[in-house]
Amino acid sequence: MKLITVLKQVPDAEARIRAGAAGVDLDGVTFVIDGMDEYGVEEAIRLREAGNEVEIVALALGPARYEEAIRTALALGADRAVHIETDVDLDPISQARVLAQVVQQEGADMVLVGGKQADWDSAALGPALAEVLGWPHSDWTTKLELAAGSVTVEHDTDDGHESLSMPLPAVITTQQGLNEPRYPTLPNIMKAKRKELAKRALDEFGAGAGLTQITSQQIQTRERLGKVIEGDAASAAAELVRLLQSEAKVL
Amino acid sequence: MILIVTTASGGTLPKSARELVSVARELASGAQVAAAVVGPEAAAAEMANYVPQVYALTSDALQPLRAEALTAAVQQVAAAAGANTVIMAANRLGQSVAPRVAVRLNAALLEDVIQVSGTAGAYEAVRYSYLSRVTETVRTVGGDATVITVKPNVFAVAEPQPGGAVTAHAPQLDASASRVSVGQRSAASGGRVKLEEASVVVAGGRGLGSADAFTALVEPMADVLNAGVASTRAVVDAGWRPYAEQVGQTGKSVAPELYIALGISGAVQHLSGMNRSKVIVAVNKDADAPIFRIVDYGIVGDVAQVAPALTAALKEAKGS
Repeated sequence: MKLITVLKQVPDAEARIRAGAAGVDLDGVTFVIDGMDEYGVEEAIRLREAGNEVEIVALALGPARYEEAIRTALALGADRAVHIETDVDLDPISQARVLAQVVQQEGADMVLVGGKQADWDSAALGPALAEVLGWPHSDWTTKLELAAGSVTVEHDTDDGHESLSMPLPAVITTQQGLNEPRYPTLPNIMKAKRKELAKRALDEFGAGAGLTQITSQQIQTRERLGKVIEGDAASAAAELVRLLQSEAKVL
Repeated sequence: MILIVTTASGGTLPKSARELVSVARELASGAQVAAAVVGPEAAAAEMANYVPQVYALTSDALQPLRAEALTAAVQQVAAAAGANTVIMAANRLGQSVAPRVAVRLNAALLEDVIQVSGTAGAYEAVRYSYLSRVTETVRTVGGDATVITVKPNVFAVAEPQPGGAVTAHAPQLDASASRVSVGQRSAASGGRVKLEEASVVVAGGRGLGSADAFTALVEPMADVLNAGVASTRAVVDAGWRPYAEQVGQTGKSVAPELYIALGISGAVQHLSGMNRSKVIVAVNKDADAPIFRIVDYGIVGDVAQVAPALTAALKEAKGS
């Protein structure tokens, strides 16, 4: 069976974000494969290691710099990759329409994609992709088991969690808790350089100009008092309560 | 026409439904507001106290609720109502259904908004990005309609405007709407103020040491403050606490008046779910823990000592 893992390259979560007049300034920022997408890559590899015969294709839509994240996925265990290279910041709904075409051309059985993007804070790509493909979908997935022609998952809901089963092909959105992603080894990083990375142009897919546009971005800074209260437990606690009452006025 | 979509799984309208009414009224300016209510008829009747036209989706085929069935139903109600704008709460269900609806309606999607203005076809919204560290303005520039998900607990709840009409709507569902089968479900433990609606939140992390310590240190403090209880992902993964309590990038996003973090180091994924809180307090033994970079008040110390002392001091303050 064929698994497609969709990935984004995003600023390292620990990296300091700056904003200029033109919005978020990513110059000099360290980029990594989006952690949420990494769970999908890891899960695909584990499905192979569990004895399933799978081909893993990494799929990404984004600027040239994404190549580094794609190579990471190849080093982790993806067999080959498709990169739709563009500098256009296409909204997730429009992206889904483009990515779905590749998924269909590949004849994939399952798409794994991160549940929430660490750059746009968007949770739309997975469900939109499922809708364009006409496939079932599991969101916020924390456990996945493959059976003949179907998949059983556990996923988080608003009230708790539940188990679902659905026929393949399906879209699975992944998140923390699904697995513990591995690190690429040096020999595999070397090997990944020889794996196939097909480049496609956005023009091939008839993508329009997009449905939404970001017009401004600002760093959200809330002034914090940053007061450290000293003393033993009882006196520090008493001082904190006094400050919450008289200074912060939240009690 | 603006269509509000809400569910009433517990039988009554969630608070978010009345927040959506506020958003819809703000945007309506001349255009009418309608609502689709999934759940018992009583919930639809309750909604008729807020909007002029309510579609009651009481069909058993929508229970248990699945994204595909709800998507089809919303598409049909939107067509019946002549809606060019669909708004939903940005909870987990809404975040999964809204993109599907947007694809169906060839609509632009504005996700998890904290402000929205403008008219159909030219909306402008404010939302957070980059793990809630950036505030951005987004506008719609295309599409035949707009789908908006609204961040819970940001907008005021609407006042009633009674007199709305309720129309029953039976969705036409094809086989795809039921191909996902729902197995075992676990619901959150009740009895405490809902995390999303709490004005004070007491949160615990791995630094508490064990599930028993979490219960012993966090719950009494939450009781004294009538607070919601929150957990980090690590605590949920360790099986100490239920999923519904998780706050962070993959959990709930809260912004209470007061957020007390006990034994939480402050991974950026957790911070993204609570860094909008008005006042943040942290107790942690590691003075270099990242949580201390965003606190208003911090106590560096053993949480097993400080938390009970704080609970006692809070109890005394509340009692006086």
